[in-house]
Amino acid sequence: MSRPVVADAAPVAPVDAPSPAASLYRPRLPRWAPLGLVAVAAALGTGIGLVAGLDSRIQWGLIAALLYVGLTAVLAGAVEGTRQAKDRLATSFIWVCFLLAVIPLASLIWETVARGVTVLDGYFLTHSMNGVITMESGGGIYHALIGTLEQVGLATLIAAPVGLLTAIYLVEYGTGRLAKAVTFFVDVMTGIPSIVAGLFVLSFWIIILDFGYSGFAGAMSLAILMMPIVVRSTEEMLKLVPGELREASLALGVPKWRTILKVVLPTAIGGITTGIMLAVARVAGESAPILLLVFGSASINGNPFEGAQSSLPYYVYEQWANGNEPSYDRAWAAALVLIAFVMILNLVARGIARWKAPKH
Amino acid sequence: MATDHPPAAADPAHPAVPLKGATRKGDRIFLGLSRGSGIALLAIMAAIAVFLTWRAALAISADEANFLTAFEWDANATPPRFGIAVLAFGTVVSSLIAMIVAVPVAVGIALFISHYAPRKLATPLGYVIDLLAAVPSIVYGLWGALFLVPHLSGLYEWLDDYFGWSGILTYEGGAARSLFTAGILLAIMILPIVTNVSREVFRQAPKMHEEAALALGATRWEVIRVSVLPFGRSGVISASMLGLGRALGETMAVATVLSPSFLIHASLLQPGGGTFAQNIAAGFKEAGATGRDALIASGLVLFVITLLVNGAARLIIARRKEYSGANA
Repeated sequence: MSRPVVADAAPVAPVDAPSPAASLYRPRLPRWAPLGLVAVAAALGTGIGLVAGLDSRIQWGLIAALLYVGLTAVLAGAVEGTRQAKDRLATSFIWVCFLLAVIPLASLIWETVARGVTVLDGYFLTHSMNGVITMESGGGIYHALIGTLEQVGLATLIAAPVGLLTAIYLVEYGTGRLAKAVTFFVDVMTGIPSIVAGLFVLSFWIIILDFGYSGFAGAMSLAILMMPIVVRSTEEMLKLVPGELREASLALGVPKWRTILKVVLPTAIGGITTGIMLAVARVAGESAPILLLVFGSASINGNPFEGAQSSLPYYVYEQWANGNEPSYDRAWAAALVLIAFVMILNLVARGIARWKAPKH
Repeated sequence: MATDHPPAAADPAHPAVPLKGATRKGDRIFLGLSRGSGIALLAIMAAIAVFLTWRAALAISADEANFLTAFEWDANATPPRFGIAVLAFGTVVSSLIAMIVAVPVAVGIALFISHYAPRKLATPLGYVIDLLAAVPSIVYGLWGALFLVPHLSGLYEWLDDYFGWSGILTYEGGAARSLFTAGILLAIMILPIVTNVSREVFRQAPKMHEEAALALGATRWEVIRVSVLPFGRSGVISASMLGLGRALGETMAVATVLSPSFLIHASLLQPGGGTFAQNIAAGFKEAGATGRDALIASGLVLFVITLLVNGAARLIIARRKEYSGANA
C-alpha cells in the first residue's frame, strides 16, 4: 500500500565508522536548494524579461522555468554527481509536465466560469431563443435544457436495459464464442466516433426509413454511444460480486434468474448506478450527432418524437457560430451550465459508488 | 474473479434433473433476454457497417472524381465531384500533432501522480483528471476558438522566426486557425484519458521491483526507468492509441478552431485543411441527397480508421488482461 520512502535527504551510507564511509558518502545539496533555485530563477527571469523588454509574461515564465531546470542540473551535477543530476532533471521535467497540463485546463475552467456568470440568471434558464435577434443580448437556454433532458433520458431508457442485460449475459452466462465476440465488439464500440454513430442513424432512420429530424433520432445515436460504457462498467461491478453469494442462493434452490435479480444485482447496484450515470454524463455533452439528427431549433419543442429540438451542447455550437459578442456570452453561459450539469452527475455518481460500495 | 460463478448452472445444456417447470421457464426467458441483448449489440455494429457501406457505395458510384485522391469537395454539384485526400491528410496530421504533444506530457503527469506527488495531493489530483476527462468537447471547442486561437499567433510568429527554414512552420499572419492549432487543442483534450490509463498501469508496477531497485541504491528516476517504465510500456502504448482514436474522431472542437479549405499547405501553421469529422459537421446543413451520401462515405473511412486503431490498442491491452481503458 504505502509508497516506498524515497530517500530525499537521508543518506544511507554513513551508518557506522567514518573510515569506509568517506568514499560512499557523497555531498548533497541542502534541502532548501530547490526552493532557493526557484527564487533565483524567478528573479533572473523577471530581470531578463525587463531588460530585454519582453512584454509577454508567458515568456518571462518560460525563461525562468528553463533557467531553473538548467541551474538545478548544473549545480546538482557539480555537487552530487551525474546520477543525482539526472534524477533532478527528471523531477524537474515531471513537474514541468504537470504545470504545462494544469495551465490550459485551469484557463478553460476559469474562462468558462468568468464569462459564463455574466449572463447566467433565472431569465436565461427559463426562456428560449424564440424571436430573439442573435445580434442582441437576451434569450436563454430553456428549449435546449428540455431537449438535452429528453434526448438523454430516452437514450438512457434504450441503452441501460440493453447494456445491463448484455453485461449479465457476459458475466453470468457467457462462456462460448458468442460471449467472446460480444466482448470484443463492445470494446470496439467504445471507440466509435460520435459523428459516425450520428451518420448511421441518419442513413437508416432519416434517409432510408424517411422519418424527419427529431429528438428521438438523436437519442438513438446517443444510446449507441452509451451502450458499451454501460456494459463495461456493469461487467466490472458484477465480477466483483463474490461467487459464494451466488452459490449460497443456488444451494437454497433459488432459480438462477431469481438469484441474479435478487442477490447479484442488489449487491452491485451502487456500482451499476455509477456506471450508468457516468455514461449519461458522457453523452450529455455530445453535439455532433445532435447536429446531424435533431437539427437544432430556437423555439421550445417538448415532443422528442416530432420535429427539430435543441440541446445544450448544440446550443453552445450554434451561438458560437453566430459570431458576435452577445452570442458568445450566451455560448459561455450555456457551456457553464453544461459543465456544471456534467460535473454534478460525475460527483453524485462517485458519491453513490463510495456510499454503496460492497463491503466484504 | 471472472470465473468464480458456478459453471455448471451456466451451461447451456440444462441440468438433467428436471425441477419445477415454472422455474425452468423463468430461467429460459431470462437467458433469452440477456443473450438477445448481446446479439442486439452485435446486430447494431453490423448494421452500422452495412448501412454506411450501402450509402457510401451509392455516393462513390456517382462520384465523377477519384474518391481517394481528388482535392475537392463539390458533392452537391451535378455531376458531383469529391475526394477525401485533404481530409485524410488533415485528420492524420492533426491527430499526430496531438499525440506528439500529449503523450510525453501525459506520461509525465501520470508519473507525477503515481510516484512524485505527495500522497495528500495525489488522490485529489486523480479526481481532477477524472473530472477533466468529462468536460464536453464542445466546451473545449468554444475555449479553443475564443481563447486559444487569439493567444497562439504569438507562438506562431516565434516558430516562424526560428523554425521557418524547415518549410513546415512558416506563418504569414492572420488568425491561427490551422491544423497545428487543432492538433494542440486535441492534445489538451486527450491528455486526461491518456493520463488516466497510464496512471493505472504505473500504479500496478510491482512494488517488489521498485523496492529492489531502491535497495540497490537507485535514485528515484532510476527506479522509474528500470522498473516502472518497462512494466508500463504496453499500457502507455495502448493508452496513446485510445487517445489517438479519440483525436481522429473528434468533431466539434476541430470544427470550431479550423478555417477549412480543400488545399494542402506545406506549412502546418497556415490556416486551411480539414478533417473527416469536421467536414461532416461543417458541410451537413448545406448537403443535398448526394451530398449527404458523400459525407457518409467519408464517415465510413473514418469509421474504418478508428476501428483499426482501437482494435490495435485492444490487442495490446488484451495481452495484459488486468487493466482495460474502456472505463477510463
